[in-house]
Amino acid sequence: MHNLLSRQAEAIFWMARQIERCNNVARVLDVTASFGREDDSANPWSAVLALYSDEAVFDARYAERRAEDIVYFYTLDRENPNSIINNVGFARENARALRPLLSTEMWTQLNVFNSTLLQTKRSQLRDEKVSDFCAEVKRNCQTHGGLVAETLFRDEEWYFYGIGLNLERADQTTRLVDVKYHILLPSNAKVGSQVDVSQWNAVLRSAAGFQAYRRVYHRGLTGEKVAAFLLLDQRLPRSVRSTTNRACKLLEKLIERYQLSGADQALKQAQSLAEQTEKARIDAIIANGMHEWIDDIQCDIIQITASIADAFFLKT
Amino acid sequence: MLIPDTGLLAEYDSGPFFDEMFGKGGDRASKCRRIIGHLNGMDLKSFKRRSKAVDKELRNLGITFTVYKNAKQIDRVLPFDAIPRIITASEWKKIEDGVIQRVAALNAFLADIYGKQHILNDGVVPRDLVVKNKNYRALMEGTTLPHDTWVNICGTDLVRGDDGAFYVLEDNARTPSGVSYVVENRHLTQRTFPDLMRGIKVRPVSDYGLRLVEGLSQMWPGGADHAEVALLSPGVFNSAYFEHVFLAREMGVPLVEGRDLLVEDDKVFMRTTGGLQRLNVIYRRIDDDFLDPEVFREDSLLGVPGIMRAFFKKNVMLANAIGTGVADDKAIYAYMPRIVKYYLDQDPILNNVETHICREKDALLYTLDNMHEMVVKPVGESGGYGVVIGPRATKTELAKARKKLKANPSNFISQPVLQLSTSPTLTRTGVEPRHVDLRPFAITGDSTWVLPGGLTRVALKKGSLVVNSSQGGGSKDTWVLA
Repeated sequence: MHNLLSRQAEAIFWMARQIERCNNVARVLDVTASFGREDDSANPWSAVLALYSDEAVFDARYAERRAEDIVYFYTLDRENPNSIINNVGFARENARALRPLLSTEMWTQLNVFNSTLLQTKRSQLRDEKVSDFCAEVKRNCQTHGGLVAETLFRDEEWYFYGIGLNLERADQTTRLVDVKYHILLPSNAKVGSQVDVSQWNAVLRSAAGFQAYRRVYHRGLTGEKVAAFLLLDQRLPRSVRSTTNRACKLLEKLIERYQLSGADQALKQAQSLAEQTEKARIDAIIANGMHEWIDDIQCDIIQITASIADAFFLKT
Repeated sequence: MLIPDTGLLAEYDSGPFFDEMFGKGGDRASKCRRIIGHLNGMDLKSFKRRSKAVDKELRNLGITFTVYKNAKQIDRVLPFDAIPRIITASEWKKIEDGVIQRVAALNAFLADIYGKQHILNDGVVPRDLVVKNKNYRALMEGTTLPHDTWVNICGTDLVRGDDGAFYVLEDNARTPSGVSYVVENRHLTQRTFPDLMRGIKVRPVSDYGLRLVEGLSQMWPGGADHAEVALLSPGVFNSAYFEHVFLAREMGVPLVEGRDLLVEDDKVFMRTTGGLQRLNVIYRRIDDDFLDPEVFREDSLLGVPGIMRAFFKKNVMLANAIGTGVADDKAIYAYMPRIVKYYLDQDPILNNVETHICREKDALLYTLDNMHEMVVKPVGESGGYGVVIGPRATKTELAKARKKLKANPSNFISQPVLQLSTSPTLTRTGVEPRHVDLRPFAITGDSTWVLPGGLTRVALKKGSLVVNSSQGGGSKDTWVLA
């Protein structure tokens, strides 16, 4: 038996990340479309641009931050590399390269998902239809996830998939918390207000954590508690703690099981990140600066990705 | 039993050609009794609806080939015609024997021309046709291969004439494609038209991958059990990429591209997460020209620098071997009946389409006399370039062609205009006869095995003889009856 081709390791790592990105974009758009309207004071769609650091790119192309343009930008716009249609297109291209390793169901689902998006018209994204569209995208991403769980052979490729998925999830959750803490609420005066509560609701829903949060914290919806929940609750599939931990464990297992060498740096970085999120306490994070903490995590994820690429992917 | 009066084939008129279901004037219908019965149990509307569902499924599955139009990549589905093409057990026996014989002759010929060249020394095939052929690879001279097998995978294009016999139209000894459709077409039939197969014993085609990896492994001098095999593809942009994926999956071997491979110490390695790993046998779906920039085209980015060095050190086997293209050339094709006779001392089981070699005096005179009824083809050209079809040419064109032929007879062969058989095919308005050909696939390691089936291509346009997928061709499931 031989090891996984470097090219395919890279393709599946990124395929996982692309679908996860797509899933997150759909969640954020859906929540913004459904719950953002309670807030009259600020443009909720601006927050989406902030979340992905796209303000400059968007403003250069559009005179105003109109909701429908922002929706288009993140769904069907081929010029935005982070749009849903591009993420799914990239994922399908990667799947094509991976085709010998994927089940027919997995490939077919992505292929059909992609062609459905290619046939979607801008007019199908007006107002109340945004939510339906996002629900459909989410359903497709979840079906993909289910097919991975059910049909992907649990060989090396499965580990690379899991590592990519969890690193991307960790990154997406940090963005969500970061933007909430620093952009949605510019002044302290508003903390605890009605607006604030609905915004936190929206954030929890974006991370599929609203119901669970209620179970954990029966009373009160504060920024601190929500942040603690999203960043540090081990039980939440999208929390930074659980995803970084999972990514690290998968990497350890991968290296051990297939006796891979040259990945010392990646492993060290992943272990250090997992340890950092394991030990973290919310009061300390807030005291030392939420943004700085999150920035560190995001930098770590970038570095781990680079080290994994260096150890395993095809060098050009 | 003649053409029935109810159901899908009720109004079918098999026309003037040999029909794959009804023969000439219905004399074959008894052999295809059951399938005709099943087809007649269906109505056109539902048959069409189910056919449409197949097309959608092909798209969803991504069973497509890529064409490039105005620099845009378009994925096309090869249209599937659900009415199968039937080959009886005794017909198949003859095809199988004929293909095995033909492959044996091709391999003997290649081993000889790159070896002692007896056939050239004996003047059976003119030397210049071989050594001056653009597909002749002088660097292979003196090479011997395990089992003397040069052509591991061969696709033999057959047509059925008006007399009901099969004739060889062309040998494909380089990188024949289409076998994935043979297997996928069967899957489509089984999934969407299982009722068509009820009570009919059809020989399976699903073990092609197993046979292929076995045949390839047999090429490794270190022993088949120790052979690490891979399929080398030009990559996702190649029009046959789907087939490469299919074959790698069916064989359970890695699908590699040039950039995945590296030659070190005259050995071929794959770049994997675990470092460099050795390969022994490579089923390459890259043409000779692009395989190794060190010895062939320097500008090739698809190939693997140094792979030929590894080959000559016998550190890697390549299938098909380099230089097999000379054997499937039009110029050599004309000599195939004599090549069979020369090496095997047998008469060909499957004949060539009647072919006249114009460098020979009688053949030249015959061609000149009958030019208005003949197809004249220049040798060494491909894609129909320079072909003159007598019945369709004007007087001036014929005169011009005659002049060219006289000036350089060696450059031409001539054949009668082909009468391809037809097969009932679903059309917009009903079921009508359409011309078909057949490409069986043979795998050779230490012996030759022929996949019981083959690719039936069908010219979907009325009256058309062009079955190519790029020009309105489709395909059919091909049933070899057990």
